[in-house]
Amino acid sequence: MAVLLELDRVDKSYGALRVADGITLDVADGEALGVIGPNGAGKSTLFNLITGDVAPDSGRVRFGGADITAMAPYRRSRLGIGRSYQIPHPFSNMTVFENLLVGGIFGAGRSEKESHAHCVEVLCLTGLIERANAAAGSLTLLQRKRLELARALAMRPKLLLLDEIGGGLTEHECNELVETIRAIHARGTTIIWIEHIVHALVSVASRLIVLDFGQLIAEGEPRAVMADARVQEIYMGIPAS
Amino acid sequence: MNESQVSASPFIVERSTRVSQVSAVVATLGLAVLISLPYWGSTGSMRLIAEMAYFLALAQLWNLLAGYAGLVSVGQQVYIGIGGYVLFASADWYNVHPLLAILISGIAAAIISLPMALIVFRLRGAYFAVGTWVVAEIFNLFVAQVPKLGGGSGYSLTPDIVRSVAPDRAVREMLMYWMALALSVAIIAMVYLLLRSRHGLALTAIRDSESASESLGVDTYRTKLMIYIVTALCSGLLGGFIFLQKLRISPESAFSINDWTVVVIFMVVIGGIGTMEGPILGLLIYFAMRELLADYGSWYLILLGVVAVAVMLTAREGLWGLIAKRYDLHPFPVRRRLVRPPAS
Repeated sequence: MAVLLELDRVDKSYGALRVADGITLDVADGEALGVIGPNGAGKSTLFNLITGDVAPDSGRVRFGGADITAMAPYRRSRLGIGRSYQIPHPFSNMTVFENLLVGGIFGAGRSEKESHAHCVEVLCLTGLIERANAAAGSLTLLQRKRLELARALAMRPKLLLLDEIGGGLTEHECNELVETIRAIHARGTTIIWIEHIVHALVSVASRLIVLDFGQLIAEGEPRAVMADARVQEIYMGIPAS
Repeated sequence: MNESQVSASPFIVERSTRVSQVSAVVATLGLAVLISLPYWGSTGSMRLIAEMAYFLALAQLWNLLAGYAGLVSVGQQVYIGIGGYVLFASADWYNVHPLLAILISGIAAAIISLPMALIVFRLRGAYFAVGTWVVAEIFNLFVAQVPKLGGGSGYSLTPDIVRSVAPDRAVREMLMYWMALALSVAIIAMVYLLLRSRHGLALTAIRDSESASESLGVDTYRTKLMIYIVTALCSGLLGGFIFLQKLRISPESAFSINDWTVVVIFMVVIGGIGTMEGPILGLLIYFAMRELLADYGSWYLILLGVVAVAVMLTAREGLWGLIAKRYDLHPFPVRRRLVRPPAS
């Protein structure tokens, strides 16, 4: 399968703190990749390096074969990298529908009229259609999480980065969201998903990577990775005997 | 024009409401009355309305800049001053017709705003505000050093130039009044259409979350730069016009932070920043207070300050914010509503 995203020995430090330590990673077109690791392991930094919110100290980032290491975040979005934030960043003073239009017009590069139908479709897919005219600031947590997802989808991403989108939700809410994400993946969108709720993650992801202190310490088929002694020790807190 | 059918889905996108249709009619009728004012009103009322018109335009421009693009500038007087001086220089030195000179004023302000933006855009928040003010003061001091521009004491337009607008004084008054109206209405309409367009969507998004806007493909730097240049252009046009009407210019009056920025900020903040309606309400309050209290000298300024502080403490979204919240009233909507059309 063709490689969509490539990280090549990417380093990033804040003073003495290494948040990305020689990360090399290939993500195939159409893949669903799960990312786990303890708090502060550099998971969100990994996303910021991919979206361009953070510039690496060294190493290269390639997307669809093109080097995007020095590219501005908005241009990467236009290439097809969409993200949802761990803490939702809704455009509070706009309606839910208008939130999606921003992605449809600027991210996907369509005219407003062309974006309307697609945004309505995404609203239906993410279960937000009944809230289309509500101010985004008035949404519940679940709806905000859905809006994060919907807004990223409105820009027709090739690669979707989900940062703890299940965090803070009840189990039922989380399961609903997982179904939506599975449907998005089934349509051919490549997904990288950071999540602490491992069973939700492995129900979609076919491959798992584990980060710790900015290093990629394990990678592979989810069950094998979770059974790895180092992962059990670092991530689950079970000491290796 | 206000609705578009979303293809293959049972929804349409609405841009207008009953209230906005009524207010469009009211605004059109009001404008018609104002256009006819020279035929039945006094010179004094014409001057007052002209002043209110260009202050409303200035308020909408500052609202666009600060309330939408998040560029809280306290140095917009620099473009008024540049506009005024460019008008005087081109009319006096190069014998450009004054009406054409107004256009040159706007273009000059826009051209100067580009390198200026490259400097002040490096600053954020309060530093940006102070930076814009400093730049305006530098222009003020610089112009005062140029003898050919009248130095610190300023200079007046020659009678010949004044007569070239229109030989007859009464005709000139009418012409200047209509120009104030036309220029202001054009600028306000431009701001409104901009806010209703995709650029308005990008601006509101940037205001609410800059990083999320970038992640959705919005070029935040270029959007802000565009707004900064557009407001400079319009401020330059207004500056050219204002000093053509005043016939006299000096660095103190042209680059006055009080006259061109503080008063404008008062209107926008009191009325309600980040809405089209707020600056209109603020304008009416400011002029009402000025007309009623002008005889009390400095007490009038103190009272303005008290009102500003009181409103900021009790109604952070301005007086229009209170009204809009209570009655859900939006005479000049910029939003899009997704509705199912009534079954036909």
